[in-house]
Amino acid sequence: MNTPAASASNEPMIEIKRLNKWYGDFHVLRDIDLTVARGERIVICGPSGSGKSTLIRCINHLEEHQQGEIIVGGVLMTQDVKRIEQIRRQVGMVFQHFNLFPHLSVLENCCLSQVWVQKKPRREAETLAMEYLERVQIADQAYKYPGQLSGGQQQRVAIARALCMRPDVMLFDEPTSALDPEMIKEVLDVMVELAHEGMTMLCVTHEMGFAKTVADRVIFMDQGQIIEQAPPESFFNNPRSERTQLFLSQILGH
Amino acid sequence: MTTTSAYERMIEARRPPDLRSGVLGWLHKNLFNGPINSAVTVITAALLAWALWPMLQWSVFQADWIGQTRADCTGEGACWVFISARFETIVYGFYPPAARWRVDIVFAMLAILVAWLVIPRLPYKRWVGLFALVGFPVIAYVLLIGGSFGLTYVPTREWGGLMLTLAIATIGIAGSLPLGIILALGRRSSMPLVKSVCVVFIEFWRGVPLITVLFMASVMLPLFVPTEVEFDKLLRALVGIMFFWSAYMAEVVRGGLQAIDKGQNEAGQALGLGYWQRMGLIILPQALKLVIPGIVNTFIALFKDTSLVLIIGLFDLLAIIRAGLTDPSWLGFATEGYVFAALVFWIFCFSMSRYSQYIERKLHTGHKR
Repeated sequence: MNTPAASASNEPMIEIKRLNKWYGDFHVLRDIDLTVARGERIVICGPSGSGKSTLIRCINHLEEHQQGEIIVGGVLMTQDVKRIEQIRRQVGMVFQHFNLFPHLSVLENCCLSQVWVQKKPRREAETLAMEYLERVQIADQAYKYPGQLSGGQQQRVAIARALCMRPDVMLFDEPTSALDPEMIKEVLDVMVELAHEGMTMLCVTHEMGFAKTVADRVIFMDQGQIIEQAPPESFFNNPRSERTQLFLSQILGH
Repeated sequence: MTTTSAYERMIEARRPPDLRSGVLGWLHKNLFNGPINSAVTVITAALLAWALWPMLQWSVFQADWIGQTRADCTGEGACWVFISARFETIVYGFYPPAARWRVDIVFAMLAILVAWLVIPRLPYKRWVGLFALVGFPVIAYVLLIGGSFGLTYVPTREWGGLMLTLAIATIGIAGSLPLGIILALGRRSSMPLVKSVCVVFIEFWRGVPLITVLFMASVMLPLFVPTEVEFDKLLRALVGIMFFWSAYMAEVVRGGLQAIDKGQNEAGQALGLGYWQRMGLIILPQALKLVIPGIVNTFIALFKDTSLVLIIGLFDLLAIIRAGLTDPSWLGFATEGYVFAALVFWIFCFSMSRYSQYIERKLHTGHKR
């Protein structure tokens, strides 16, 4: 892992303090406090509209918050474009709908930001891209276009693309929700492997099996606030709040 | 009663059934598929022949092709001698004959550059493109205007004919596309000032007829600027044409920008790409590809509307042919003149149309299923 030399290893990776966000009059995030340690793996779940996607999208400023503080890798988020880009360089993101660039080949998708953001020579970028494509087991498709791949393959490319920037944190925004059932496993396998390598991860997902296997902490959100957070064993076996119990009975009950 | 079944044996892939193919098969399927279809085919063919035959008679079989003067026009049909006798003027306008080699060089360079950029197999596209945008305009300007490097000065009022048409069209196309892209991006900007400036610009130029723009450029502009400052008439027309068409281009491009999923922009942001990098590397390549038909449509309209400059006294291809009609020794050849002008415009516009279809097909392979 390439952690910035300047930052102490016991400093939290992400600190969120009393975060509030509104869409117009609608209060989507309410007094969120969350600290993520380096190497910690967090799964965020909750009913739709609970603000869990919005929360992780605030961390790399895809959404703007109105109150509170977000500190990523020691950098305080402000409106300043330089700071936002500094934070985005530390944070990789995987989207529900993959968002690969359809006009570029798989390899070019993985090289684009290495060449343009990190200013690497193309050869070096391609070598690293192939390394990560190898790790998500899709190197044989490197010269194809995203439109020629299945959903699961596309999502694995998207993970490789984010890893090519050598981020300190990975954000996953419902990475398996748009996939056919038989493709979910291949993506989860890659994510489990990444977790075992010690990557700091925040995953919004409904895959409770994944949460049980790799999460250090499971966070349950409802109506814009964090209702409950606990290690997976106690979260699934002894949920304390009624809302959590109801939610778990709904998603695990069938 | 319910039945259950399970197949152990996999069904092997088979070839599709052999349907009728070849020319006869195609004819049967498309033209003579049943009595009504056959009747329609026969009637349409008869109508086409009835309409086209006199035209061919006039323009080809009974036409005069060779000669120098009006006395050579002896046939029943068209007399193309009218065109060939004034061919030089139609191409160069009033450009001094001794200096026409300069125009030839610019024509040749333009043809080579366009061919190079248009044929996908040729290498060094980036450098040729850069030269076409930076080096070529300077060289063309120096060659055409003269006044330096020992070349005689040729003022723009002596330019004319096909050369002027191509100059206006090329500069108009090369100027209005980038300007239109900037305006389209500006109109979608989150900065209120940039956004409103672009909206006002687009809506103003789109709401005014091109003829008015040209009149304003040639008649009204001199009223507002001090008399010592004199802008070239052609330059004024060019700026007007560029602004006018860039407004249309901006709306075409904006249509493409709106069709791109916002996830594309977000993925670029998440990777740390800046605004111009996201636009230039991710959004515009996809958006422009989507609106190629609209862009080329605008190019074609621009190309044809260059002929409107005749109302402010510039002698483009059409104006120079019209001027020839008033020549006392060539009265009565208006039809030949207009048909020829139409043919020249059609060749250029049709080429653009075909190329756009070709490039669309080429860019679509492999990207989408």
